[in-house]
Amino acid sequence: MILTVVQTDAGGATEVSLEAVTFARALAKRTLGPVHALVVGPLPDGLVDQLAGHGVVEVHHATGDAFSAYGGAVWAAAVQAVVAAADADAVVAPGTPRGLEVMAHLAARLDVPMAANVVGLGEDDGGDDGGALRVVRQVMGGAALEEMLLPRRPAVLTVAGHAVEAEQVPPVSATVTEFSPEVAEADLVTRVVSTEPAEPDLSGALTSARVVVGAGRGAGGAAGFGDVAELAELLGGALGVSRVVTSMGWRPHHEQIGQTGSRISPDLYIACGISGAIQHWAGCASSKTILAVNTDENAPMVTKATYAVIGDMHEVVPAINAEIRRRRG
Amino acid sequence: MTDVLVCIKRVPDVAGEVLLTPDAQAIDARFVGFTVSAHENCAVELAVRIAAATGGTATVLTLGPEAAVEQLRAALAVGCAAAVHIDADPLGFGPADVVREIAAVVETHAAEGRTHDLVLLGNDAADTGDFQVGVRLAYALGRPVVNGVRTVEVDGGVVTARGDGPDGVETFAVPLPAVVTVLEGGVEPRYPSVVGRMKAKKIPIETVAPRHEPRGAGRVRLTLPPAQPSTVEVLGSGPDAAPSVVDLLQRLGVTR
Ligand SMILES: Cc1cc2nc3c(=O)[nH]c(=O)nc-3n(C[C@H](O)[C@H](O)[C@H](O)COP(=O)(O)OP(=O)(O)OC[C@H]3O[C@@H](n4cnc5c(N)ncnc54)[C@H](O)[C@@H]3O)c2cc1C
Ligand SMILES: Nc1ncnc2c1ncn2[C@@H]1O[C@H](COP(=O)(O)O)[C@@H](O)[C@H]1O
Repeated sequence: MILTVVQTDAGGATEVSLEAVTFARALAKRTLGPVHALVVGPLPDGLVDQLAGHGVVEVHHATGDAFSAYGGAVWAAAVQAVVAAADADAVVAPGTPRGLEVMAHLAARLDVPMAANVVGLGEDDGGDDGGALRVVRQVMGGAALEEMLLPRRPAVLTVAGHAVEAEQVPPVSATVTEFSPEVAEADLVTRVVSTEPAEPDLSGALTSARVVVGAGRGAGGAAGFGDVAELAELLGGALGVSRVVTSMGWRPHHEQIGQTGSRISPDLYIACGISGAIQHWAGCASSKTILAVNTDENAPMVTKATYAVIGDMHEVVPAINAEIRRRRG
Repeated sequence: MTDVLVCIKRVPDVAGEVLLTPDAQAIDARFVGFTVSAHENCAVELAVRIAAATGGTATVLTLGPEAAVEQLRAALAVGCAAAVHIDADPLGFGPADVVREIAAVVETHAAEGRTHDLVLLGNDAADTGDFQVGVRLAYALGRPVVNGVRTVEVDGGVVTARGDGPDGVETFAVPLPAVVTVLEGGVEPRYPSVVGRMKAKKIPIETVAPRHEPRGAGRVRLTLPPAQPSTVEVLGSGPDAAPSVVDLLQRLGVTR
């Protein structure tokens, strides 16, 4: 059995969770086992059908006071309970901060290795892997891939965001098993104490926009987004950013494009001052046309784009805005 | 008086093009510089601030080759008061192996009367990206762990840490002793002063050998993503390219 840890939001399972389920199905093909899912906390309406539509045959639903607030250790306790009761060959989670944290806890508790940010299964090259699972994962900040052997006792891994596309299958019928695992006092200590709600998540606008104007470190600071925001507005599009931008606190996280942000597939993506690291590319690769604006003609974003302008975004973007306004009269 | 231990790792700086060693086990070091990840630089900054705010001390630790002393000196130059060098090639060490060695140092120091109340690490190492040394260390030491936070404060016996969650900024509060992993972005790491650099040179580094045979990281080989031939059409340079850009926008039907 392959167990997938599923994260939910108002819309049901998150996209990266469905990607993880899809990866679990590929794994299940090799081990000939079924795919199960674990949901912790509230069970959104329609979630079970949604998971069944992605090939999940059993949903383990952890309930109880321990799960009233998120904590890496309490979630791991729930996963561990299912692993023990249902004898999982592998546990798969999305490569989100929470997915990574919960899997790290699980691996530590079970004293097994863990593979972070897996992008695929390794080819069997005829070598003796001693029954281990060969996975391919991102290392060196995405500059290289690593083939890694993962013993199955169980195999514990996270799937890098947007490395696989979530795919539906003809729906199976899924059963739901509720359980309330015992949680140790020590595990409760590290739960979230309070959350300051962020500004409303508008990434829906980002993921459905026909045009996305993106900006990265090249914006230079929190005050450097005026021109790109104006261009987005002129084109009726949305603003998107790289992780550097959200890490620095220049823009909110829901505007982030990439492996740990949103995946976009607009008709046009205008990427300004973004180098095009593999984790960013994971979120924008399915854009129909990409126009890169960058001072560096060798930046991956430029070499991978359809069109490019070489230059300073703070000069190029205002000139584009002015030209659009001039032609509109 | 918080005694903070902060763990850093010497990693290849892979901003440019990278090449692999012939055995495909590592990045070819002849063509790259070395650095410490931004997460760990922020962890060092937090360690120094917490030590200053509580009248305590910050100790920096690394498991790495002899050359990693360079990274320890850099942390000493910005205010760490002591340094521990576990002298080993980290290539053969999996996350669980690294943890056993760090835990051994923490336990030895505790037995000598130096308890590192707070251990800070980066959220993930820039080379192996395992995302787990902090959590495993917490289990090895029997301590609570908070992950991926941007700010960390100590008041009395409690660490308060904040970071981004899916629904907004989350606050954690755990009792000391504890382990916390840090994401970049919450604090601006300081630059070393000349005086700081001079002082750092004089601080003796505690060098220890690994105590356990490593079990390894399961690495079979590294591969580089295949180079894609570029088919980009350059529309121009600088603001003069604006008319061709707007022609394109019109052709794509995204503007009138
Ligand atoms: C596990 C993991 C997950 C990640 N997830 C994501 C993710 O979801 N999304 C994401 O974006 N990143 C992600 N990253 C980070 C990613 O590896 C890169 O660090 C990041 O995308 C770089 O952002 P950037 O392009 O803005 O900055 P940089 O890489 O610093 O690039 C800046 C670019 O701007 C150009 N530039 C500078 N000034 C100007 C100017 N004035 N005008 C025009 N061009 C200029 C430079 O030539 C350069 O190409 C992740 C990393 C890891 C390890
Ligand atoms: N060899 C090492 N020496 C010291 N600290 C390390 C070492 N490896 C990992 N760490 C710490 O553990 C964090 C997480 O690493 P990882 O789990 O390997 O991604 C890093 O950011 C460092 O703070």
